[in-house]
Amino acid sequence: MSDTFTMDEAQPRLLDETKQGLVGAPLDRPEGKLKVTGTATYAAEFKPEGMVHGVMLRATITRGKVTGFDETEAKKLPGYLGLFHGPEFVRNPAQGMAGAAPVQPGDRVDYHGQPIGLVVAESFETARDAAARIKTSYEQNPGAPVDPAGVELELNEKRESIQGDLDAAMEKAAQSVDLEYTTAGHVAAAMEPHAGIAEWKDGRLVLHGSLQMVRFNKEELADAVGIESDKVHILAPYVGGGFGSKLGISSEHVAAALAARELDRPVRIVLSRQTVFDAVLRRTETWQRLRLSADASGKLTGIGHEDRVSNLEEEAFSEPVNAASRFMYGAPNRVMRQHISRNHRTPTGSVRAPGEAVGTFALETAMDELAEKLGLCPVELRLRNIPEKHPDTGQAYSARALEDSLREGAKRFGWDQRPETGTRREGEWLIGMGVAAAGRANFLVPSAARVTLSADGALVETDMTDIGTGSYAILGQIAGEMLGLPIDKVSVHLADSDLPGASGSGGSFGASSSGSSVFLAARKIREQLADKLGCKFEELSLGNGEVSGGGKTAKLVDLLSDPISAEGKIEGGKTAKSHFSAGFGAHFAEVAVNEVSGEVRVRRMLGVLGIGRVLNEKTARSQAVGGMVWGVGSALHEELGHDPRTGHIVTRDLANYHVPSHADIPREMEVVFLPERDDEANPIQSKGVGELGISGAGAAVINAIHNATGVRLRHYPATPDKVLEGFANGR
Amino acid sequence: MKVSFHVNGEARALDLDPRVTLLDALRDHLELTGSKKGCDHGQCGACTVLVDGRRVNSCLSLAVMHEGSEITTIEGLGTPENLNPLQQEFVSCDGYQCGYCTPGQIMSATGMLAEAAEGAPSHVSDSLTGKAELSDAEIAERMSGNLCRCSAYPFIREAISRVAEAEEK
Repeated sequence: MSDTFTMDEAQPRLLDETKQGLVGAPLDRPEGKLKVTGTATYAAEFKPEGMVHGVMLRATITRGKVTGFDETEAKKLPGYLGLFHGPEFVRNPAQGMAGAAPVQPGDRVDYHGQPIGLVVAESFETARDAAARIKTSYEQNPGAPVDPAGVELELNEKRESIQGDLDAAMEKAAQSVDLEYTTAGHVAAAMEPHAGIAEWKDGRLVLHGSLQMVRFNKEELADAVGIESDKVHILAPYVGGGFGSKLGISSEHVAAALAARELDRPVRIVLSRQTVFDAVLRRTETWQRLRLSADASGKLTGIGHEDRVSNLEEEAFSEPVNAASRFMYGAPNRVMRQHISRNHRTPTGSVRAPGEAVGTFALETAMDELAEKLGLCPVELRLRNIPEKHPDTGQAYSARALEDSLREGAKRFGWDQRPETGTRREGEWLIGMGVAAAGRANFLVPSAARVTLSADGALVETDMTDIGTGSYAILGQIAGEMLGLPIDKVSVHLADSDLPGASGSGGSFGASSSGSSVFLAARKIREQLADKLGCKFEELSLGNGEVSGGGKTAKLVDLLSDPISAEGKIEGGKTAKSHFSAGFGAHFAEVAVNEVSGEVRVRRMLGVLGIGRVLNEKTARSQAVGGMVWGVGSALHEELGHDPRTGHIVTRDLANYHVPSHADIPREMEVVFLPERDDEANPIQSKGVGELGISGAGAAVINAIHNATGVRLRHYPATPDKVLEGFANGR
Repeated sequence: MKVSFHVNGEARALDLDPRVTLLDALRDHLELTGSKKGCDHGQCGACTVLVDGRRVNSCLSLAVMHEGSEITTIEGLGTPENLNPLQQEFVSCDGYQCGYCTPGQIMSATGMLAEAAEGAPSHVSDSLTGKAELSDAEIAERMSGNLCRCSAYPFIREAISRVAEAEEK
């Protein structure tokens, strides 16, 4: 039973009819007790018999060839087991949903920090020592470009969209802005470093890996190592954060698998934090040009968003910087265009909300500047430019909370108390408020799950991961809701590649895609229960272990002489063509800017978001707040620095790459979910949340800085030196 | 090198490579993997444990330096069946997401509450003497050695302040 449901038309809102009261409820995470007692086991926390330890070797040149390794000094160490390298080794992690091995460069080096080999020893300490003793010789190919602006740029036609005549619109405009922006490179910096334990057991490769997308990862690993994917067994029950950085298999997974095969012993590799910075896909730095033109009424006549991003040759990914600009606002004259700089910095890939996370800095601060020029309230300017149909595709929008979130947010935040620019002062501190709209496209990705109902309760099984997102909670809630069971009668088994293949965690599509598959599996079980009871499917009602319908009632256990098992499988269909589904919202921020030091303190934030049906109000809120904090981080202090000679990342630890800490984030990080159902998104009417939280959040902070000080900042992060420079240049 | 100490009240004797950190001794030699390795450089706080009642980054300390120490790890605070008040509030407040920094946050909060109770001031305390009231700013300052990339900060502080208030009573 694995017929696939295709999302071709809006489905009845069954979860509004069911009576268990689980879906949406702010339930605690079922795995929470394990997490707070240190008994949840992450990738590196298994100890198979005979396990040995590996440390990755990394290139210390930018471009060239490895010509040899001298192991002499390493071999002197007792417990040294060897050096591994070869054509199967991968250059960098697979891009999200690749499903095939990433680039395998052989002895070629393409960036400083590239993994080039693996040292294995009986203990971690010996392996680390041995790695430091290996002398690598290279044939350098000097002059590799590492400055994104220093190469001929490649036009990315995939991200180009042109309508009307923007230049003419700019000329005729009552008001316009033409602004340049830069954003720094970012990293995911998940707290759990990338890790894997590989073991060959009964003819299969077993990998405990810190991974987000097991269904794709088994294909990637099999392809890299040269075996069939059914010979790969991946387990990732707990993942210490991903944020895009663990979408694809990484160098340590392939290296551990190869060494384990040769040594016939389990091999564990945990990347050092520095290697995570060097050799895991980062978010590109960007250059952006944003043009807006408007008539005197504040109606946009033109939108231009052009950008430059970086990546290495042979990487298909490019940060979709103009993603939000394409669907947030309408205008008849538009230019959306991207150029890619092929250079030899650490390659780039998905980091939380690729595109929106950095593109909204330009779009939403430019809207603020335009509003000021027009003498319009920034909220009002946005309200006046909500398009009827998707400006690119002409699609209708499905549920869209943009207008409601702006209005509701303004009311709740006290927007009418927003001071005149630069007029509110508390001693050295200047206080201001900012707003930005949020948008993040929503996707339905093929996903499968099995649900088994027995007298003991329900079991949900899928290879879906929970990377902190709340999958354990919401999948159990959906199954319990559909089958009329209290939550403690539902267990959820995840992230085992032998289970039905899910979307995985990425692109904010995991909860809705895998949740829909659980919903569909449970719906099949409901059909069978209706048959057994002798009522119509529409009449069936389940609750607290009772089944009723058509005037009949039975105890669930009495209908279950044998367990009922069903697989639910979903894929996107016609609604994805007829409608454009996205999460929308509005972020509001209040900041204090120190006139002496240039320090910016966020005092409070509010995010009002429309994410369709909320599946668990508590975990959804955590996701949204997490995104907003990322917005603060990228607005104020997150910044990758590169050695201008080699491209090597110099901010390669958590002391030099500044993720927000407790002291950076106020307690008052409020999130309001607007009541919404997105009927065209999927059969459970829900949408993604984790990336909507970051979209626009940083721009709201930047706009608040302007309201506080009169200073416009367009190069992010807005560190104190830039704030002071703004003061010096006159507000 | 031989070293013996108490972990969660239990006497443990180990024969270790002197380069083994306290964190790796706990995780790899005693199989107490509740203490996490996030950076191995004392920058993230995921490895926080109590040594003789004080919070330390166990990744920055060699195991053999702890002869005779009393070490408390997350496993020593409670079990899934019997959570301590901080652990319970972290669950109730959703003071985590992925859970990887969580043991360090909870151990750090445990140490921090004891420090505050003893009257230790912080950078944001109004006075260097006398007991500081654990305002949100105080808790934030005192917990800033523990990073959470999922960014559960407001919920972590909610959990800690609930316990601090309960202890006050």
